[in-house]
Amino acid sequence: MLSVHKLVVAYGGIKAVKGIDLEVRRGEVVALIGANGAGKSSTLKALSGLLKPSAGRIDYDGAEITGKPAYHLVRRGLAMVPEGRGVFPRLTVAENLAMGAYIHDDKSAIARDFERAYTLFPRLAERRAQPAGTLSGGEQQMLAMARALMCRPRLLLLDEPSMGLAPLMVQKIFETVRAVAAEGVTMLLVEQNAKLALETCDRGYVMESGAIVLADNAKTLLSSPQVRQAYLGE
Amino acid sequence: MTAWRAPWRWAAWVAITVLLLAAPFLIEAAFGRAWVRITDVALLFIMLALGLNIVVGFAGLLDLGYIAFFAVGAYCYALLASPQLAIHWPFLVLLPLGAMVAALFGILLGAPTLRLRGDYLAIVTLGFGEIIRVLLNNLNRPVNITNGPQGITLIDPLQIGGFSLAQTHSFAGLTFTGLHSYYFVFLTCAVLSIIISRRLEDSRIGRAWVAIREDELAAASMGINTRNMKLLAFAMGATFGGVAGGLFASFQGFISPESFHLIDSIMVLCMVVLGGMGNVAGVVLGAVLLTALPEALRYIGPLQQRWFGEVFIDPSDLRMLLFGLALVLMMLFRPSGIWPARRRLVKSMTEKQHAAV
Repeated sequence: MLSVHKLVVAYGGIKAVKGIDLEVRRGEVVALIGANGAGKSSTLKALSGLLKPSAGRIDYDGAEITGKPAYHLVRRGLAMVPEGRGVFPRLTVAENLAMGAYIHDDKSAIARDFERAYTLFPRLAERRAQPAGTLSGGEQQMLAMARALMCRPRLLLLDEPSMGLAPLMVQKIFETVRAVAAEGVTMLLVEQNAKLALETCDRGYVMESGAIVLADNAKTLLSSPQVRQAYLGE
Repeated sequence: MTAWRAPWRWAAWVAITVLLLAAPFLIEAAFGRAWVRITDVALLFIMLALGLNIVVGFAGLLDLGYIAFFAVGAYCYALLASPQLAIHWPFLVLLPLGAMVAALFGILLGAPTLRLRGDYLAIVTLGFGEIIRVLLNNLNRPVNITNGPQGITLIDPLQIGGFSLAQTHSFAGLTFTGLHSYYFVFLTCAVLSIIISRRLEDSRIGRAWVAIREDELAAASMGINTRNMKLLAFAMGATFGGVAGGLFASFQGFISPESFHLIDSIMVLCMVVLGGMGNVAGVVLGAVLLTALPEALRYIGPLQQRWFGEVFIDPSDLRMLLFGLALVLMMLFRPSGIWPARRRLVKSMTEKQHAAV
């Protein structure tokens, strides 16, 4: 569904991503793990069209999308939950979700999407009239995911869904990742919490200073001594 | 408003309409002709403030050079309807043309500043405003286009056929001086501006602007073309300024770069912020108050004379002092403006969802 070939992302002269290859197949949940500054978020930003890659090629759904802007990709079913959640703080939960449906204008289908979002995240249904800025960090993350789902993505990119959340909330967020996956949405998520990410995903890539150093099944990675030592603190 | 029953609402609209139509005559009777002029100017400022509100209030792009679009509109009209270039085009051509040229300048300002936000954008827009003014000031050499600091005089008034708005006409027992006639033209344009603003606010475009204002990155990941939407905000805002500028030039009959200083940009911004950024009704109120208040404060001189027998403080000094004080107090006690924006943008839509869930 998504294939990345020799992707390079650079800020000025500094290369954050140094020619990586990556593949996400339909129905998969794939994790991209690695330490701070490994280039995970830059990769994701390039994939979602928020950053222009300096070199390489990205194919999505059988067509090249290298350098295509985000608004174009969202319409083709490639949505992203930005890092740091990026909810609209002064808009209510419901308004945030309505914003997520920006590219759609079929009222009855949007109503169904609302219903789905509230079933998936009952907490959001309780708080629908509340400004998003007053939600807790975990609730904001849920809202960001629910809002991205309102675009009806076929491929969802998640940037650090567990960032800055309490451990219990992190568990909860990964439960929802599984729930969303169960709905048939393909996902690529970037995470620092390697253990949870690999437990949730089918496959994983390990990134280190701009390059992919390991790629395998999530289970294999979890038991690999390299990963255990570097990311699981053993 | 929505809670009102239909007949009451209808009656209220009729009352407002009658009041607005009678306003210049009532104002003249009560306060004198000078206040009819102030009312006319207030209507122009409503248009300006609503235009700036699109940029600042809706899209959240801080623009400190907004008066430049007013200047562009005014000069566009003045150059093509005065002896300056010996061209006298009709205003029905010039007003849309001024709007278009201003929109073009809006895009010209918007395009290079797409990546800028907040303080940085403010500085660039401030520079842009000054560039336009300095340009108008100096475009008299080597070829005299704008007549420089002397400005352009003898600008044609609005006229249709032989009917000139600058002359005094009598109709149905009422005397329409130029001030009265212009009032009705400005009122029409101001009402149109209000309607356009409200329609924009409730549209998809309006929602996109709100998203950009709240979080640009998130807006982009909602599928909003942030570049085009920001350019559109600049262009739309500039359009209002351009039309208001053309009307201003015809109304005054004389314009010079002096009318388009930074302080005028700040003044329009104050109207938007003080009235209630993002709320059309609030912005209109802000424009009216901030036009009327400095004028009303002129009466402080005569008041001192009457109460104390002499003028202690020069009213022109005190006027700006009190004006400043009023602004400070307002921002302290009503930081989001006199009439803050309700966030009603997607409400009608989400309410439907609530009903459905």
